[in-house]
Amino acid sequence: MKSEGSELLSQVRVVSAEVARENRDWVRDLSSTGDRRELACRRLYDVLLRAARAEVRRRSARLRLAGPEVDDIAHQAAADALLAISGKVETFRGDCKFTTWAYKFVIFDVAAKVNRHFWQRAGVAFDDEDWERLPARIGIEPEAQAESRDLLSAVRRAVDEKLTAKQRMVFVALALNGMPTDVLADQLGATQNAIYKMMFDARRKLRNALVDAGYLPEQQIA
Amino acid sequence: MTGWPEGLERFLATDPHDVGCDDARAVLHLYAEQAASGADAAERFPGVASHLAACESCAEDADGLLAAVIAMEDQEEEHGS
Ligand SMILES: [Zn+2]
Repeated sequence: MKSEGSELLSQVRVVSAEVARENRDWVRDLSSTGDRRELACRRLYDVLLRAARAEVRRRSARLRLAGPEVDDIAHQAAADALLAISGKVETFRGDCKFTTWAYKFVIFDVAAKVNRHFWQRAGVAFDDEDWERLPARIGIEPEAQAESRDLLSAVRRAVDEKLTAKQRMVFVALALNGMPTDVLADQLGATQNAIYKMMFDARRKLRNALVDAGYLPEQQIA
Repeated sequence: MTGWPEGLERFLATDPHDVGCDDARAVLHLYAEQAASGADAAERFPGVASHLAACESCAEDADGLLAAVIAMEDQEEEHGS
């Protein structure tokens, strides 16, 4: 994995004069005191709440969340995002609209809350090992699942022989149990980045093992 | 129909340009704004695009962020600002 983020962050992106003025107003008002700050916070909260509601709705359709908990999550996420933003206003680089930057806080917060909520309720154990679930998880049609039972056993063998204990646990949670990376990270007290990296390395190792054993072609399909 | 080798191949494929979650999330606001403007965000942020193709969690966040940016723009247009 290579890093391009920090390099890209150092490129200054030009925003329009109008956006730059709006951005300055947001930063000035949120950094001030008294009524001016109070008013800016209230305005920003409204902006964040609207985005939070839309995002909870967007995610909840698939996760079957409904009723008052949807609005509760939106309010909590907007409040938490406002607090986080207030403490980080000086880190805003002005390379996009202030609201776009602010949305990132609330979208990430909604994601964390919705996922935690859903997975807690679903009560799925991340170490449950049902290998029969793998074909469906990786998008293989039911008609094709009966074929190549030996390929499934080859994957299983590679998981047992090639992965470290940690990589194996991450593979079982993500690939067999369908747990999202951020939820597993939360449960293990690790960062999402660390879990993703472990799964990335596991995928690469497994692919190499299956290529060596003649199950997959040498050349990666683009 | 997706058969075994293809499905497995796609699932296990890794792109060395993939920047990982932290770096992708650090610039996700720039990526979303670029995408909302109709520009090719993947061209400017190839490593982020590669990550989003492989990481469901970050891709979902990117979708949400993009939707929020677009909704904000629609709303500003309505208010004629
Ligand atoms: Zn990610």
